[in-house]
Amino acid sequence: MTDVERHTIAVLVDNEPGILARVVGLFSGRGYNIDSLTVAEVDKTNNLSRITVVTSGTRMIIEQIKAQLSRLVPVRKVHDLTDEGPFVEREMALIKMAGKGEPRIESLRLADIFRARVVDSTTESFVYEITGSAEKLDAFIHLMEPLGLVEVSRTGAVAIARGPGKF
Amino acid sequence: MSPESLCGADIVIRSLVDQGVEVVFGYPGGAVLPIYDSLFKQNSLRHVLVRQEGGAVHAAEGYARSTGKVGVVLVTSGPGATNAVTGLTDALMDSVPIICLTGQVPTHLIGNDAFQEADTTGITRPCTKHNYLVRDVGDLAKVMHEAFYIAKSGRPGPVVIDLPKDVLFATGSYAAPEQIEHKSYRPQTQPDSAKIAEALALIAKAERPLVYGGGGLINSGPEACARFAEFVRLIDSPCTLTLMGLGALPASDPHFLGMVGMHGTYEANLAMHDCDVMIAIGARFDDRVTGRLNAFSPGSKKIHIDIDPSSINKNVRVDVPLIGDCGEALEALIEGWTKVAPKRLPAGRQRWWKQVEAWRGRDCLRYDKSKKDIIKPQYALERLYALTQGRDPYITTEVGQHQMWAAQFFKFEKPYHWMTSGGLGTMGYGLPAAVGVQVAHPDALVIDVAGEASILMNIQEMSTIAQYRLPVKAFILNNQYMGMVRQWQELLHGARYSESYTAALPDFVKLAEAFGAKGRRVTDPAELDDAIRFMIDTPSAVVLDVAVDELENCFPMIPSGAAHNEMLLGPEDEAKKPVSEEGMVLV
Repeated sequence: MTDVERHTIAVLVDNEPGILARVVGLFSGRGYNIDSLTVAEVDKTNNLSRITVVTSGTRMIIEQIKAQLSRLVPVRKVHDLTDEGPFVEREMALIKMAGKGEPRIESLRLADIFRARVVDSTTESFVYEITGSAEKLDAFIHLMEPLGLVEVSRTGAVAIARGPGKF
Repeated sequence: MSPESLCGADIVIRSLVDQGVEVVFGYPGGAVLPIYDSLFKQNSLRHVLVRQEGGAVHAAEGYARSTGKVGVVLVTSGPGATNAVTGLTDALMDSVPIICLTGQVPTHLIGNDAFQEADTTGITRPCTKHNYLVRDVGDLAKVMHEAFYIAKSGRPGPVVIDLPKDVLFATGSYAAPEQIEHKSYRPQTQPDSAKIAEALALIAKAERPLVYGGGGLINSGPEACARFAEFVRLIDSPCTLTLMGLGALPASDPHFLGMVGMHGTYEANLAMHDCDVMIAIGARFDDRVTGRLNAFSPGSKKIHIDIDPSSINKNVRVDVPLIGDCGEALEALIEGWTKVAPKRLPAGRQRWWKQVEAWRGRDCLRYDKSKKDIIKPQYALERLYALTQGRDPYITTEVGQHQMWAAQFFKFEKPYHWMTSGGLGTMGYGLPAAVGVQVAHPDALVIDVAGEASILMNIQEMSTIAQYRLPVKAFILNNQYMGMVRQWQELLHGARYSESYTAALPDFVKLAEAFGAKGRRVTDPAELDDAIRFMIDTPSAVVLDVAVDELENCFPMIPSGAAHNEMLLGPEDEAKKPVSEEGMVLV
């Protein structure tokens, strides 16, 4: 009951001004954790955005977070992907490396193993694009650190349920 | 009917009229001048000019809570809106339906730090149920009608509509309100029938049941309260009410144990601690009710009826959650009860009632009556209650000891007659709330039971009372201290009365007279009845300054961090049961 669980929650909202502030304000005002949060419009015709929040808390807190989210007037649906069955969760990162010589080559080899793509290169830098679970990204970034890592930009997690079912 | 073309300000007024609004509480300013101009040109809406915007919101709350209607507020941009924030938060905490129209600088100036600009939607986002910034006059009518629907449906609450000045001047089309089908907001009112059956099965077997009703019953309306009373009698269970729920069950009903919580009765709190089935209806297990959570009603199965799913399992884990309107849930419970009602009540039930009567016998509200030369605050309220019987009085309060004593000693027989700031605990609520109640019920006896510290927080509303010749009565229990602060300092901080004594109080008699009201001060218990009669028989506003015992404490009390069965019954318990260190850090 008091164990801290990590949950990925998808929130479908009307894409109107202030909606992100409402969601973020709810989390900060009530002291809930945000491990990651992403938002983008997903349905132009119906003017809907999808927010993916990764949060952690006890079971009681997680239930409370979902109830509080559902209470926001522009929120259409709240789905706890972690509770509702298997789902795919992915995150993307852009990782900038600077340097020359062997470390630069080594980073390229590792990038290949991690299936990271080079999206920009100069004679003394690379920008890698990598997609995967947060853990995979963490591992890759950790390996890049001694090889000339200069900057990281991550999207935060997006997620979707497996199978044919519709949100 | 084809839509009409109107300017934004006229659309605002027309929407209010079409929503059945009769009175608006407000204060003009630059950004809302177009609305005030439209108000000037019509006769359907009444405007009550308050003296500070905070007073407008509390007045609207008093109006709403004493009628069941939506209270409407009209204030200007910037400081007008920021002054309204306390009232909005108060309305959110106590689930009061309020529409607050705020002026805003013209759209092209938003974000430029223009004169009297504030990010009103940003500031009020966490203290409203919902808010809008209307940037296009084409959206205005729809937003106005939708706002009313949101404010009064589901768990009611305040809604802010921020209106830039250019939108008020622009011309748009107006359509009367229709059935609102909101795209995402659809509160569940009808409870799940399987859960109703589950609840009934628990109730039928209960040996030691307790019904715990709250402000949701009042919000659900007098009909829901009548069903509530019927249900309590039907299942023959002891019943307690929260501060916000007083009046939902007639106080004279033998099933009623008095208020529950920090300053609730001994019998209510012990029944809550010892019951085996708790039926919570429209109540939210607030910390003022539960005391120490890990010792809260340890042996009971809990049924919780609430329209707000986020109230379920927030503080206390319940066994049977029932989401829906309490009126509808009670109807289903009453109907179902006839099928499951046991022929004979469970064996333990008689013992339970006996136990409850024994607790009642402790007479927990008793107080020291030995001093004959000083007015005890409890005595003052007992006399006020006795002398206003048959006058159907409406009582508002400020916040503090006097509020708790009023809740303990005034017996409410019906809903809509008790207006107090529960969740937020807003000092200064009572006087403006009384303005709103009196505006709604011009011929009724409306009394603000006040403390001398609280009433000074919105004393400017005496001027509103004067302007509209409202016969509001201010019944001040004057102990020269912020009494509840002083009580906590005595119990928790070694009687170091840091800044809780008001050294330079006004002469309330002269103050009343300065505002065109009658004033009287009473210090002798023998003259109290006469003074109260003077107050209630005077046809105009009266301030009655009752000098009471300065060091009286409010008992019973469950100190913070304590459980229901660890309550202090009187001064003799204070020394025996010192407040724990964990309790000290709680509020």
